[in-house]
Amino acid sequence: MRIPILRLGDILLTSIQVDLIDEDILQFQHDVLTMIKNRDAQGVVIDITSMEVVDSFMARVINDTANMARLLGAEVVVCGIQPSVALTLVEMGRGLIGVTSTFNLEQGLREIERRLAARLLRPVTDGDSNAT
Amino acid sequence: MPPETSDALIIPIREQQDVLTARQKARTIASGLGLGIADQTRLATAISELTRNAILYAGGGECQLWDQSDDNTFRIRVEVRDQGPGIDDIALAMRDGYSTSGGLGAGLSGAKRLMDDFEIETSSAGTRVIVTLERSRQESFYI
Ligand SMILES: Nc1ncnc2c1ncn2[C@@H]1O[C@H](COP(=O)(O)OP(=O)(O)O)[C@@H](O)[C@H]1O
Ligand SMILES: [Mg+2]
Repeated sequence: MRIPILRLGDILLTSIQVDLIDEDILQFQHDVLTMIKNRDAQGVVIDITSMEVVDSFMARVINDTANMARLLGAEVVVCGIQPSVALTLVEMGRGLIGVTSTFNLEQGLREIERRLAARLLRPVTDGDSNAT
Repeated sequence: MPPETSDALIIPIREQQDVLTARQKARTIASGLGLGIADQTRLATAISELTRNAILYAGGGECQLWDQSDDNTFRIRVEVRDQGPGIDDIALAMRDGYSTSGGLGAGLSGAKRLMDDFEIETSSAGTRVIVTLERSRQESFYI
């Protein structure tokens, strides 16, 4: 099952709706990164409201996706993590999810927009001579 | 070990879909007992870790679920076993962050923290992990 990815301007919106097997989530990772690489997107919001279980494998794929997206120049936010899922991840071990997360999709979108706007405002005098 | 108060539900673990089946069945047992969403999630997540390990490191295995609740206690026992190569150094494998597959190394240690009892036996003939979730019936509020 392929996870649909919607595009809203230069932000990708995805909602993981079902219990996924590993191949599905890896396909999703590939799809997201391809869209970023092809310059179709600068930001990604991954909505995991419907996920009832996030185990260490899923956590790793989410982290890897965010890290790779960042290397490609995009911002990633996860939203809607269930309280019981967050609790379980915290109990399992420190810092299994290393991605910014927001309460809901709307806040996730706003966070991405804020970060993209902040990029444009980055001061040129900060030793970053390439930024214009 | 407490007496077995019901027959085990046996789920063969051969492919990834079986991981989902095992954790859904466990969730159904837990919610049927009236355990809350947090306990259902702990149980499902621990099973996800253990059955995934069976597939990844042993090419598959079996997951058994028992409802061993009695008058005082809700008790769900889970056994995941395989006939893979076994674990050379259990202490190392239990350590946070240790992985031979580039994983987070949080499966065994995480399952142990999530559950109330954790036993592991391993040899060159395979690995058996038994975890138990236990809650007093007296507590009226579960998260
Ligand atoms: N059923 C098993 N059979 C053989 N080796 C296992 C088994 N389960 C775990 N291991 C070993 O223990 C290590 C730690 O497992 P785990 O905590 O689940 O982390 P991860 O799966 O991320 O590596 C694994 O990398 C593997 O070497
Ligand atoms: Mg594992």
